[in-house]
Amino acid sequence: MEKPAKVIYLDHAATTAVDPRVVEAMYPYWSERYGNASSIYSLGREAAKAMEDARKTVADILHCEPQEVIFTSCGSESDNLALRGVAFAQRHRGKGRHIITTAIEHHAIGHTCEQLEKYFDFEVTYLPVDQYAMVDPDDVRRAIRKDTILISVMAANNEVGTIQPIAEIGKIAREHGIPFHTDAVQAGGTLPLDVNELQVDLLSLSAHKFYGPKGVGMLYVRKGTPLLPIQTGGGHERQRRAGTENVAGIVGLATALKLAYDHAAENNSRITALREQLIQGVLERIPDAQLTGHPSQRLPNSASFVFKYIEGESILLHLDALGICASSGSACSSGSLEPSHVLLAMGIPPEIAHGSLRLTLGRENTEEDVNYVLEVLPGIVEKLRMMSPLYQKQ
Amino acid sequence: MLEYSETVIEHFQNPRNVGIIEDADGVGKMGSPVCGDLMEIYIKVQDDRITDIKFRTFGCGAAIASSSMLSEMAKGKTLEEALRLTDDQVAQALGGLPEQKLHCSNLAASTLHKAIEDYRQRHHGGT
Repeated sequence: MEKPAKVIYLDHAATTAVDPRVVEAMYPYWSERYGNASSIYSLGREAAKAMEDARKTVADILHCEPQEVIFTSCGSESDNLALRGVAFAQRHRGKGRHIITTAIEHHAIGHTCEQLEKYFDFEVTYLPVDQYAMVDPDDVRRAIRKDTILISVMAANNEVGTIQPIAEIGKIAREHGIPFHTDAVQAGGTLPLDVNELQVDLLSLSAHKFYGPKGVGMLYVRKGTPLLPIQTGGGHERQRRAGTENVAGIVGLATALKLAYDHAAENNSRITALREQLIQGVLERIPDAQLTGHPSQRLPNSASFVFKYIEGESILLHLDALGICASSGSACSSGSLEPSHVLLAMGIPPEIAHGSLRLTLGRENTEEDVNYVLEVLPGIVEKLRMMSPLYQKQ
Repeated sequence: MLEYSETVIEHFQNPRNVGIIEDADGVGKMGSPVCGDLMEIYIKVQDDRITDIKFRTFGCGAAIASSSMLSEMAKGKTLEEALRLTDDQVAQALGGLPEQKLHCSNLAASTLHKAIEDYRQRHHGGT
């Protein structure tokens, strides 16, 4: 099989290309309208206006008030601000020190919780998930204590695409008066983000996941939610996040989010069809392959698998040589010694979790791309299995 | 992903001496599937010299490339010479390996040493 002239990018959960319309919208805010949004003269006012327009655009999509939107530098910062900000504010008010989250969160949540436990004397409950990486809202209910001060559950999992029952969990959190955060970084641009329907008090997004620029994210914080700023300094973002605003980035985030939701229905249905073709094709053509994540409650673009007897990084290297960009939760590709914590939490044995592959589709992918992957992947898996001591050919 | 040398990629893409030797004189195994690396080396020995070598590896690019490189380095060597091969030499012959890979995936020479040990135990009751 000839390597195609273009790269086939199937790692949209990692990042996306910035939409040219977004680049265009951002362009004036680099060298032309470069004012500091805090300045009183016209250049500054222009920047402030662009930023407030962006805030309004985002607020309309989230069905919230513009002042409930805090712009940040990335999804990880949003998650950190949500967790630390609420945890410290709540404890300061004597509300308690117990946090509920899940075993499958992104490290921006997971590692932050671990630090809050280890160095700041908080207690964290990590809820288990089922074989599809789904959280049970009843588990959330059962985990709630008198001193629970925050619940954080991701909207959709980055590794296996499973969509969580956020609205149900939100209802439970609200009944108990506990602030509820969702890391919606992976869901942004595809799933509905109406904060009232989701019943969330905090929600994180990152622009580069929905064809916006890197280096800008946002945190929705419902009015009245206790939040101690984590980055202190000037009075930016209504005293909640100090630092001169990334005006171009903020304009880019809002433009990208609007474009994503203007066309979400058509993009989602086209990409879901490609995803199903990819999943069915892989499962039909490759023996001892398993879909990871929920079969239907999954992100439109996410196809993730484990292949027995082989290791994920090896698959990625072979795909890369054929011009296909993908990712894996294997220890080798994550740079740690453990395979993906998400796959392990789903009950997948470590030796199988090492053989994971994630293919995440995007706007520019076509049926030809899917067919090409289906043509080359079985051979790659077979080649690696033939040299694996774990494999006995049937 | 990690940065691999051209030699690593070349060996990974075209691994030498893959397979098993049914009537091997010595077999060495190292690693564990739970850790994501498992290596098996089979040798044929004649007059204290490695006349044939085959391997099977479950693991990442570095693990496969280092098995392949080691198999080339060991073929034709006397057992004494082969015992002097080190995992570091394999890594050097590959044009270096990323830091994280030096400890977990770089076990081909050690696996060969186990195969030689196995051969000696079978044929001489150990040394």
